[in-house]
Amino acid sequence: MALLTATRVRHYFGGLCAVSDFNLDLQPGELVGIIGPNGAGKTTVFNLITGVYRASEGSIRLRDTELVGKTPHQITALRVGRTFQNIRLFRDLSVLDNVRIAHYAQVRYSPLEALLHLGRYRQEEQRIIENSRRLLSIFKLEHLAGEIAKNLPYGSQRRLEIARALAIGPELLLLDEPAAGMNPNEIDQLMEFIQWIRREFQLTILLIEHQMKLVMGICERIKVLDFGETLAEGPPEAIQNDPKVLEAYLGEEPVG
Amino acid sequence: MAQRWLLPALLLVGFGLAFAIPEYNLLNKYVQLVMMYVGINIILTVSLNLVNGYMGEFSLAHAGFMAVGAYTAALLTQKVLPVAAYPGLFPLAVLAGGLMAAVLGLIVAVPSFKVRGDYLAIITLAFLMIVKSVIENIDTIGGPRGIPGIKKLTTLPWVFFWTVFSIWVVRNFVYSKYGRGVLSIREDEIASDLMSVNTRRVKFLAFMVSSFFAGIAGALFAHLLQFISPRVFDIIKTTDVLIMVYLGGIASIGGSILGATVYTVLLELLRPSTVAAMLAWLPAVVFDPLNEYFIRHLGVWRMVIMPLLLVLVMLYWPRGIMGLREFRWFIPKRDLEAHHRQPAHGGNHGVAHGH
Repeated sequence: MALLTATRVRHYFGGLCAVSDFNLDLQPGELVGIIGPNGAGKTTVFNLITGVYRASEGSIRLRDTELVGKTPHQITALRVGRTFQNIRLFRDLSVLDNVRIAHYAQVRYSPLEALLHLGRYRQEEQRIIENSRRLLSIFKLEHLAGEIAKNLPYGSQRRLEIARALAIGPELLLLDEPAAGMNPNEIDQLMEFIQWIRREFQLTILLIEHQMKLVMGICERIKVLDFGETLAEGPPEAIQNDPKVLEAYLGEEPVG
Repeated sequence: MAQRWLLPALLLVGFGLAFAIPEYNLLNKYVQLVMMYVGINIILTVSLNLVNGYMGEFSLAHAGFMAVGAYTAALLTQKVLPVAAYPGLFPLAVLAGGLMAAVLGLIVAVPSFKVRGDYLAIITLAFLMIVKSVIENIDTIGGPRGIPGIKKLTTLPWVFFWTVFSIWVVRNFVYSKYGRGVLSIREDEIASDLMSVNTRRVKFLAFMVSSFFAGIAGALFAHLLQFISPRVFDIIKTTDVLIMVYLGGIASIGGSILGATVYTVLLELLRPSTVAAMLAWLPAVVFDPLNEYFIRHLGVWRMVIMPLLLVLVMLYWPRGIMGLREFRWFIPKRDLEAHHRQPAHGGNHGVAHGH
């Protein structure tokens, strides 16, 4: 059974159709890439899945649950984690708190227990500190736990954002341009890393990326968007040679 | 590393003193009164800091919640509860004041789902004005004349108890998943929602806790001043609390305590009689004109000096005494250790970087 199914999703911003007839069928454990020129509607698709926008038409289902109409925190609590194109950490908070905040839906204590620090408060806090530290050590950020997020170097901030998304305990992870601003060497490491977290955390990953090296290297399936419409879909080899894709990216004449 | 046993010990000593000072008149009545005002102002500042500091909103409604608490408690002790026979009923009246304010806090939280910043500030200001004019227009609770002759039930031990209780509860709230939710809303509300934080619930709770303690402070205030009227709870009162919050520093409980204490004492020092007494050593040539034009009119000058202080603090000292920092004592041990696995090296002077 598919983990995520999007059926005939449309979204309008005023009169502009940002996404039209978007269909997606994501099987558990898959790694699928979405590519397309700037303004093609890629990030809008992420925002529709995570509930930032409410789809104008169509349906998005996580297994049996309809996501259209749910709020972002409800969808996230269904174990959908995401990162952002422009890093959106809680900049003035500590590295540890960034990861701890993402545990919100998993922490089981009532407001009263929180106000009085009673009942399940202690053991739950201990549990999320341990889990946060475990995630930070996986991402080699453990020694920076007390550091303010905005003081971290760019690469560490990127890693922290993924660590924070994993703190949600996701089944489905949405990565919005994870390789932005990285050099070829760092991209190689990132590719290995994405493969590794996918195995380690048993994730299904949907990623948006401009770096062809990364997309072609690790994605099993690629979806090409342009002007909100799906241009092509298929395995990397097929996409690479698809004339429509080449046209959208490179212009009329096929190159080499 | 702060000594963990020191805090309970200090609390015990504090409680002992709170009972002993009025009992044996260790300090004169005026100093005792100022101490009680300091306590009430700490409650107001710590609670407003939750919304204006930790959450990063700008609420002006605090005096409104205070009024609700004051009126609820005063009406209960005047007309309903037989406090003359059973003074032990007073805490119930205070609690009722807090709860009533908390209910109204829930109502003010609703617009915060839709609007932020300046717009929410205007809505909270409107709320303050509504509370004031509703009270002014209900004749059975005194209308614009207010309620005179309230029994003096607020005592130093009660103020001490409620101050410690409010600090403890707000601190507990801040160091819980809801408190971290409040911080994440200040940082980036959309990202917060996408990290599974139920932002509406968090806002409800923050406004509720904040207004609850404003109500408590109002109830204590009414039974200390022994007279309340709608005029007591106008925008000037909110401005006072705002100054204390920003002077002490946003998102800091320690800062709120310092801000409230410094400001309250400063206000007392600016009383004409106090200033005149302090400057009495000046030669008459200097003192007399100063007294004639300035000191005797300090009541009016206050309205200029204090808002000016707010402007200056926000312009030149936006972090206040300890904005975004916290006394180590207030940070749960678990949080401190999680942030610094290896023992922090010296030179920290007992102040840790919060969050």
